[in-house]
Amino acid sequence: MKLSRRNFLKVAGATSSAALVAPALARGAESHEEHIGAIVGADESSVLVDTTLCVGCRACEAACSEKNQLPAPPVGDKVLDKKRETGPTALTVVNRFDVDETGKELQQQPEGDATKRAQRFAKTQCMHCVAPGCASACPNRALDKKPNGPVTYDASRCMGCRYCMVACPFGVPKYEYEALAPRVVKCTFCADRQAQGLKPACTSVCPTGALTFGRRADMVAEARKRVYGNPDKYVQHIYGEHEAGGTNWLYISDVPFEKLAMKADVIDKPYPDLVKGALGVPPFVMTLWPPLLMGFYVFSNRRAANNAKHDAAHGDSEGHHE
Amino acid sequence: MSNVNENALEPRTWFENKILLGMTGKEYVRSLLTPINMLAAFAVACAVFMFVWRFGWGLAATTNLDQNTPWGIWIGFDMMTGIVLAAGGFTIGATVELFGLKDYAPIERPAILTGFLGYLMSIAGLIADLGRPWNMVFVMGSNGTASVLFEVAWCVMCYSSVLFLEFTVPMFEWLGWSRIHRVAKKLLLALTVLSVMFSTMHQSALGSLFLMAPGKLHPLWYTPYIFILFFTTAVIAGISMVIVESGLSHKIFHAQFEGQHVDADALTVGLGKAGAIATFAYFFLKVQTVTDNHAWGYLKTGWGAWWLVEVLGFVLLPSILYAYGARNRRARIVRIGGVFGVLGIALNRLNVSVIAYNWNIPNHYVPRWSEFVLSFGLVGLGVVLFRFIVNRMPILHPDPAYPQEH
Repeated sequence: MKLSRRNFLKVAGATSSAALVAPALARGAESHEEHIGAIVGADESSVLVDTTLCVGCRACEAACSEKNQLPAPPVGDKVLDKKRETGPTALTVVNRFDVDETGKELQQQPEGDATKRAQRFAKTQCMHCVAPGCASACPNRALDKKPNGPVTYDASRCMGCRYCMVACPFGVPKYEYEALAPRVVKCTFCADRQAQGLKPACTSVCPTGALTFGRRADMVAEARKRVYGNPDKYVQHIYGEHEAGGTNWLYISDVPFEKLAMKADVIDKPYPDLVKGALGVPPFVMTLWPPLLMGFYVFSNRRAANNAKHDAAHGDSEGHHE
Repeated sequence: MSNVNENALEPRTWFENKILLGMTGKEYVRSLLTPINMLAAFAVACAVFMFVWRFGWGLAATTNLDQNTPWGIWIGFDMMTGIVLAAGGFTIGATVELFGLKDYAPIERPAILTGFLGYLMSIAGLIADLGRPWNMVFVMGSNGTASVLFEVAWCVMCYSSVLFLEFTVPMFEWLGWSRIHRVAKKLLLALTVLSVMFSTMHQSALGSLFLMAPGKLHPLWYTPYIFILFFTTAVIAGISMVIVESGLSHKIFHAQFEGQHVDADALTVGLGKAGAIATFAYFFLKVQTVTDNHAWGYLKTGWGAWWLVEVLGFVLLPSILYAYGARNRRARIVRIGGVFGVLGIALNRLNVSVIAYNWNIPNHYVPRWSEFVLSFGLVGLGVVLFRFIVNRMPILHPDPAYPQEH
């Protein structure tokens, strides 16, 4: 049997339609490649967290719970004795960190300085990456990145695959395992409040100025001013400036960030970029496999036909019934 | 090329091939009362029970998943492993239809059927795992094209359909629908091309899912080229599964092979040759991963020991068994290699998705017993369906009414 024209057209038709989809797939992989200019996501809204100013009052927790109609956070400072995580009923959590054990954490502070504080506080919530891994991982676009910064979630589109949880380097998306129609739960940067021109709930109640809300470019500039203007006080790093390709929550600190349980293994690359190479493969597969495989097919048929001819010429009839 | 599989089988009546295997209802029910069938019924009951429990009481009641471990063995075994072990469908399909190795035609249909059922069971496991499976339809029009899972979902959907269409060839023979059977048979070539295409894409994409988890997946397993490893292992799993499964089939369904002059040992040895090449190449890819990651230091740790168990015991060993068995024409050795090959690929998938995932988190996930029950039930259900079908349809033997025209 030869490769008839009809057979060829059949295969070509079936596969070329698939090949047409390929460029669309490839384009999707590049969609986050828009960061031009000095500061990534310059016009997105952003929060600068100055951990040296946080006193652990947890007003932000209360405001967040109230805004999102979640159970009120526990009262009293006792809860700070244990490290807590965000979860389905708490989208932001303030933790206390004891930093004076080795005496090395507080940079450049003279020994026995009366102002030396033994504790630091840090708020956790979704970091709202400029190029979020979770949103790029979501096949349903249930997690979505808004142009002005927030990464939002729409339960009505979510199929509950929890790939966002695998993809988030900060371990932010949490899941309602107890529920029969579980949702992914995480801070949404009060996208609805922002749409009305309001600040996120947590930032609007902070009494100490530890949380500053504004344009990302301005927040990065402010962070740089504080950090590089006070090299004796601050660690020379802005957590979130480059982590995961840049996040809209920026942290500065006077103790190493690991002491505040900030994840150190987050790479400085937009997480969607990690799959770019792999997502570029399908177009090649779709265009290369069909002709290649059909080539094999034609070749094997020719070989079979030649063998049959050869066998017939030698009167060898054993086992060759075509 | 010799063509030895076409020898005529003793004619059977159509009735014998129908649902009750030529028995009356009473006789048939009585024939079901065997110890094996009791076990099968138990497995199916387990699967049904788990579905009721899972959807009535939720994921927290039925699994040990938590905020750090979103994926357990329902993804790691039912999905990741189930699909790779079903890869025989496209590997043998391509061998027979495209590469023209017609000697392997007798094992093409069982491989495709195993593939089809494997995918069905994987999808069943996936549905149990998804929190909101009713929203699955959104994948189709979501434009979530930057997601590897988008690619996986589309390809699994398309490939399952292709496997079903390929399976209709023996099904139509069984039903005696010769006209549509002719159409299906003619489509087989195009379907085989599509099967290789979709398999390449989603088998590798299953690995790409973990590209987003550097730091979470242990450096001995994490590599930017994980999609190439996953595709390679799919080919190995396809070959190994076909070796194991054809060995078992010949033992269990030997009656169906009567009158066929299929030299099962020669086919097994041939598969062993292909398996040796693929598995040996994969062994070097695994070593390359470590070099590429500068991860040699990890080999001194407990994780390194575990990596060595996987790579020496379940990659290098089967490749040697394949090579030795193929060279010395010892089908038995090749079959033993097949068992190690299958276990090795399953171990690799479990390592990537469950065991070495979240390696640096103190409270590591351990599956709940109920999670195993569902996996056991689904495997059992697959075996039941396989037996049901091969006992009726022309899968392991050609139907004399439909001569193979190749």
